[in-house]
Amino acid sequence: MLHTVNKSPFEHRALETCLKFARQGAAVLLIEDGVYAAARDTAVAEQVQEALKTVSIYALKPDVEARGMQNRVMDGVRLVDYGGFVDLVVEHNAVQSWL
Amino acid sequence: MKFGILVNEGPYTHEASDTAYQFVRAALAKGHQIYRVFFYHDGVNNGTRLTVPPQDDRNIVKRWSELAAEHKLDLVVCIAAAQRRGLMDAAEAKRNGKDAHNLAPGFRISGLGQLIEAGIQADRLVVFGD
Repeated sequence: MLHTVNKSPFEHRALETCLKFARQGAAVLLIEDGVYAAARDTAVAEQVQEALKTVSIYALKPDVEARGMQNRVMDGVRLVDYGGFVDLVVEHNAVQSWL
Repeated sequence: MKFGILVNEGPYTHEASDTAYQFVRAALAKGHQIYRVFFYHDGVNNGTRLTVPPQDDRNIVKRWSELAAEHKLDLVVCIAAAQRRGLMDAAEAKRNGKDAHNLAPGFRISGLGQLIEAGIQADRLVVFGD
């Protein structure tokens, strides 16, 4: 299953809820303000790093760049463009958007 | 692969209308089919032809209309959500005794059944929203 999170983890609980439900081997794509979760050295960085042990985490590159975060993305989080977003949807049997 | 798209957020709110649009474009560029784009809740505001954004800003409504014309997309606006928000085509305006209609080219008004059908017919349903 592919999960998408579009809210900042500093404003909403969407990411936290998503990571609670995401099963081993699932993929999580951070989009829009959700990409703030991909930054190094934040209050949620440890939580994201822990999640990386069981799920793949991606961040939408145009949204990362729109927020000037391209040099702050933590190791292990992979960047994809919109085409990569489409590929992730194709590769997984269902998409859950945590709005 | 066939995609169904659900847009639940109005234009110029956060980013959902933009992400949905860019996703649809990327999917089409990869040769996928967009079975339907369904606009629900405040998402119906993506379909009003009366928006006049500043010239140096993206025109979200026009962008949908142009993409629909180019790729024969089925852009469906939920009728109940549209009526609540003052969005109507000529037929709805007449039926409700209104003096104007504002549905943008390429959009059509229909019911929730169209969303359910998209969920059944498409291989994936991707939700964008608030």
